Amino acid sequence: MEKLLEVKDLKVSFHTYGGEVQAVRGVSFDLYKGETLAIVGESGSGKSVTSQTLMKLIPMPPGEIKGGQILFKGQDIVPKTEKEMQAIRGKDISMIFQDPMTSLNPTMRIGTQIMEVIIKHQDISKEKAKERAIELLKLVGIPMPEKRVNQYPHEFSGGMRQRAMIAIALAARPSLLIADEPTTALDVTIQAQILDLMKELQSKMDTSIIFITHDLGVVANVADRVAVMYAGEIVEMGTVDEIFYDPRHPYTWGLLASMPSLDNDGETELAAIPGTPPDLTNPPVGDAFAPRNPNALAIDYEQEPPVYQVSETHFVKSWLLHPDAPAVEPPASVKEKIRPLSTNFDIPVLVKGDL
Amino acid sequence: MAEKLLEIKDLKQHFNVGRPNLVKAVDGVSFDIFKGETLGLVGESGCGKSTTGRSIIRLYEATDGQVLFNGENVHGKKSTADLKKFNRKMQMIFQDPYASLNPRMTVADIIAEGIDIHGLAKTKKERMEKVYELLATVGLNKEHANRYPHEFSGGQRQRIGIARALAVDPDFIIADEPISALDVSIQAQVVNLMKKLQKEKGLTYLFIAHDLSMVKYISDRIGVMYFGKLVELAPADELYNNPIHPYTQSLLSAIPLPDPETERTRTRTAYNPSVHQYKEGEELQMREVKPGHFVYCSEAEYNQYKLQYKS
Repeated sequence: MEKLLEVKDLKVSFHTYGGEVQAVRGVSFDLYKGETLAIVGESGSGKSVTSQTLMKLIPMPPGEIKGGQILFKGQDIVPKTEKEMQAIRGKDISMIFQDPMTSLNPTMRIGTQIMEVIIKHQDISKEKAKERAIELLKLVGIPMPEKRVNQYPHEFSGGMRQRAMIAIALAARPSLLIADEPTTALDVTIQAQILDLMKELQSKMDTSIIFITHDLGVVANVADRVAVMYAGEIVEMGTVDEIFYDPRHPYTWGLLASMPSLDNDGETELAAIPGTPPDLTNPPVGDAFAPRNPNALAIDYEQEPPVYQVSETHFVKSWLLHPDAPAVEPPASVKEKIRPLSTNFDIPVLVKGDL
Repeated sequence: MAEKLLEIKDLKQHFNVGRPNLVKAVDGVSFDIFKGETLGLVGESGCGKSTTGRSIIRLYEATDGQVLFNGENVHGKKSTADLKKFNRKMQMIFQDPYASLNPRMTVADIIAEGIDIHGLAKTKKERMEKVYELLATVGLNKEHANRYPHEFSGGQRQRIGIARALAVDPDFIIADEPISALDVSIQAQVVNLMKKLQKEKGLTYLFIAHDLSMVKYISDRIGVMYFGKLVELAPADELYNNPIHPYTQSLLSAIPLPDPETERTRTRTAYNPSVHQYKEGEELQMREVKPGHFVYCSEAEYNQYKLQYKS
């Protein structure tokens, strides 16, 4: 498969009065054409900063890319100037934000906001652009697009606004779409519609999607591959089946176990992850998750864990996969779902370098 | 069955009465809450579930209907002393732990506000002891008492909100989306805490949320609201295994589950209110299809649902 995006050892920091916050601490991943990669993690895990860095949307200063490369279609984005970025944003990479209320301009007609993208990136007349805007609104399932195109955001409901946002994001046919919690502000029924719409459009346009969310139910629905982030690092990455049916990192276990399943009778206590995420001004030595991990090993507090490869596609950053590590059982609710996957290697292989 | 703690009878909450922009946020809702149970209330945003909660605790003056708490009406004219008595027995936990704590008050003062108002502590020492005890109950430290809300994370703030609600020894707590603003891993902590407290203190909860899987986990019974009306009310398992009202069915079919295989094969059903084809003059009301399982329907639908049940 063709690689669209390669992120290599990306490091992003913010300079604040309290010191340097290391929001992203060495993240590497690839994204293939037409696939959906979900990035999950708690707030403050660096998932949004990672995605915003891909479009260079973080304010600099206080933000700073401390190192690493972002290769988009083979070109490094990191050294690009603001002007060069403006040609890429919306055309090659575009973004859907969490809150459709605040990310649309309330003083502009929906149609004008869609046309803005089209006119900016294509040499096209105003009339043609409007026609295209109507087409796009139709594509995202907005009824009576001829009328809707002249309306303002306040005349749209939450779900309709998010559809309009998707229309804007897709206006210039980008090859990469970053969706930052696009359905968090929506009701479940509307969420279901938006997810279906995104999947349908993806298959039509062959777009790659980076989907950022903390809802594992949504991940199971949309993702081909999943990256689990914790404290600015990817701690586990694999196909959606590998993450849900064969998770290896204790943090992934914690995330999966803290969600009640519908057949949970309410008698057993939820396996909450104790404590809170670490302060990234002074990231902990060793494994960042160790203080919250009931099964942490002594070495977790001393040395950063290496990356092990469980299968062709499944990577885990944890000492637990070391041959000398004691066998640790995942929580019962996670264990129930574990099944042997035929693609796994016989034993996990140590990988040089970071995830 | 256990005794009724709360009876809500035909509660109506309309806004902008007498003006063209009249909103019937809650339009004739009736249900009971039994002692020691958790009743979950779910529905889309704007369906009136929060308004129902707020009307019950009298944050809004109800347009019509009754809320009987231990047999006494909460609404209607009341002396200050009577009101105080109710406020002590009924408390609320709010959705946004950032907005519901006064940023200028220390945690001790926030928690002790209720104690002060109701005169539950005679001396300063007793007051602080109560605060420390409450902090320990919700899993915070003594040292936290003199800090301000901004020094806490979302999950910790929600714990402070819970401690404040518990300060006056209530019987009944309305939790309005208490976990929606929290991270997944923290949500489980707060839900576990609420369950533990319920066991220890015999509390009764009205748990309002839109996260259906969490509601199912914490609730004994669940009510589903749609456009200001309660459309279905049943024990939690029963509702999930046997949803009768088409709206409930559509809501349940939309919950994303953390399991890729079920997600791949899921089919969603959309709710279209026109499926009912109610005739004019048909009386719509909550009818008991099965013991404990109520559905809002017409007479004809009721007979049809009953038949479905038997087969």
